[in-house]
Amino acid sequence: MSRLDIHKTYKLYIGGKFPRTESGRYYAVKNKQGSLIANMCLASRKDFRNAVVIARKAQTSWGNASALNKGQILYRIAEMLESRKEQFIAELITQGEEAAKAKNEVDLAIDRLVYYAGWSDKYQQIFSAVNPVASSHFNFSNLEPVGVVAIVAPEEQSLLGLISMIAPAIVGGNSIIVLASESKPLTAISFAEVLNSSDVPAGVVNILTGKRAELTSQMASHMDVNTIVYCGKDAAVIKNINELASNNLKRTIFYKKNDWTSEESQSPYFIEKMQEVKTTWHPTEI
Amino acid sequence: MFKSSWTYHEAPESTDHIQIKEQYELYINGAFTKPVEGKYFDTINPSNNQKIASIAEASKKDVDKAVKAAKKAFKGWAALSGKERGKYIFRIARLIQERAREFAVIESLDGGKPIRESRDIDIPLAANHFFYYAGWADKLAYAFPNRKVKPVGVAGQIIPWNFPLLMAAWKLAPALATGNTVVLKPAETTPLTALKLAEIIHDSGLPKGVVNIVTGAGATGAEIVNHPEVDKIAFTGSTGVGKYIQNAIAGTHKKVTLELGGKGANIIFEDAAIDQAVEGIINAIFFNQGHVCCAGSRLFVQESVANVVIQKLKDRMETLIVGDPLDKNTDIGAINSKKQLQTIENYIKIGLNEGGEIYQPNCNLPKKGNWCAPTLFLNVSQSHRIVQEEIFGPVLAIQTFRTIDEVIEKANNTPYGLSAGVWTQTGSKIFHLTQKLNAGVIWANTFNKFDATSPFGGYKESGFGREGGLHGLSSYVTFD
Repeated sequence: MSRLDIHKTYKLYIGGKFPRTESGRYYAVKNKQGSLIANMCLASRKDFRNAVVIARKAQTSWGNASALNKGQILYRIAEMLESRKEQFIAELITQGEEAAKAKNEVDLAIDRLVYYAGWSDKYQQIFSAVNPVASSHFNFSNLEPVGVVAIVAPEEQSLLGLISMIAPAIVGGNSIIVLASESKPLTAISFAEVLNSSDVPAGVVNILTGKRAELTSQMASHMDVNTIVYCGKDAAVIKNINELASNNLKRTIFYKKNDWTSEESQSPYFIEKMQEVKTTWHPTEI
Repeated sequence: MFKSSWTYHEAPESTDHIQIKEQYELYINGAFTKPVEGKYFDTINPSNNQKIASIAEASKKDVDKAVKAAKKAFKGWAALSGKERGKYIFRIARLIQERAREFAVIESLDGGKPIRESRDIDIPLAANHFFYYAGWADKLAYAFPNRKVKPVGVAGQIIPWNFPLLMAAWKLAPALATGNTVVLKPAETTPLTALKLAEIIHDSGLPKGVVNIVTGAGATGAEIVNHPEVDKIAFTGSTGVGKYIQNAIAGTHKKVTLELGGKGANIIFEDAAIDQAVEGIINAIFFNQGHVCCAGSRLFVQESVANVVIQKLKDRMETLIVGDPLDKNTDIGAINSKKQLQTIENYIKIGLNEGGEIYQPNCNLPKKGNWCAPTLFLNVSQSHRIVQEEIFGPVLAIQTFRTIDEVIEKANNTPYGLSAGVWTQTGSKIFHLTQKLNAGVIWANTFNKFDATSPFGGYKESGFGREGGLHGLSSYVTFD
């Protein structure tokens, strides 16, 4: 007698927990044949606002964590993902990816985490400066995380694209709220399970599933978000984000590319974009 | 008590050698050009409210001509080798140094700032800024490892009235070094040194159209912001206008950097060198009449030393000389414009109405012109408007604190994030504070220091992007 599978309930990931959306709503994700893959939480604006409050609280201590510590945590995420590789390949295939591509995507996603783990205690050295001012002062500029970052993740390459956004943001000490691929959201929530078992402090990464059309403007207008990242090409949405971002002079970052597999999809400049430059002066004469 | 025992003879800087024309035109495509609509406005000496010169008012058509000239010049300028570009910029730096005294006097005449500041700070720093970025022009590959840089195109630059020539230098030098062409608009109350800079740019032989200078008020600025062929906006000014700009260019290809308002926290601990700190507090708020976006306009004094510090501050304020900007003894010059004076006076009223306790020294303000005595407010708290809002004048709001965590919380509790100051003799306390304060520039045991090599710019609603130093280059480049 064949055994009946246990299906996973996919929920949101907020503050290190897996709550359902406060709205009680869902949306159905189906495969090409039209049969149900999963009912996903249809996150509400309230879910997003709750996540911002949690992310803001978490950012202070995460931003102060040592570079070494952050690097080891990112590496730990890679280890956890590696150990669950087959599950993610299978999940990508369920979402409609070809087997070879799915395997490649998971491999690259793991490697990308390792790549940014390595940058953790190095990007500061690339982008900081001791400035030779003409007066008798010691003067240096270093990077600090911008704070809370809201991210609309790439719609395609739902795992690799997501990780290409999350890794540079958190390695730089930011906390984030990320909206997963709308059509392929399963891997994002399974990745939340990986995060949850990788010593990433609760609230540093918060993952929502839901509709871009519903949540993007809320992400762009929220007064306690410092940066919004939008992956997509929709010109009207980009315009709207910039308009709303001006409420609190939010920094805006747009990625229009679809393919996150190339070497150019990773660099310390992805980290730098979510950093502020702080310059400090002190006299050198008594 | 100090005034009676210390008197100074007048020591005005000579204006004999200064050449100011009766009328100034726009500088477009390498030529001084009359405005299409033939309109002019007056630029006023704020220390006596007399007219200095007529200034062309650029309309939409003039801005369009300037942008087209800049666009036409872009290809050749961007294609020029970095080495040659740099040599033009070095020339500009040298020409400013040669005419430094003339520029200093005009800056003080037109803007009201003390000659001591324009002579020793504004003009030398402006020259240094060109000198610094001139050297970057042929070294850009070293600034951006592993990337190929390209200029953005036509930069529209809008600058404020508080440091007219210096802000022009901050905008122009990095833009030119990276191969962009420029349409620059100085503020309507202080256009003269930018127009004198146009003379220098002309003398330097810079190819025509690379720098265009158009004068006018906010409407002229809006034409630059909204011109479709402008590729990059660089703005220094109020947070309100900064928000307008980010909104206005939404949906366009334009890049933007904004250097906006501030409400800098200046924090003095009980273990500070008190006399030095008092000097620093005075400089932090009264430098340039407090017309400084990074001014230390909120003072936090540790409770145990509050009485001492406040008394010393009051004593020091008694000795400040408010008056003729051209007098070499002057500490505080004229308020830049009638309008700004009204703004400041209005905030002083608000401070009083909200229960603040005011202190102003006994100083004889000149009869004519725009003047404001150095002012401090006690008995205010975080919720007072004069604590939250940028006044942009010589008005200091003083609060006390007990613990480090408390003062960090209070200092950061503002939408702004431009500057902050820390005064203590304890090294670890300095670094603890400088790490925790959310601001782009932190001065420890000093304040209001600037340098061409030192990046400047804000967190949060104080804007984005940096000006100065290596980091100032990235505002003017794109990548392959």
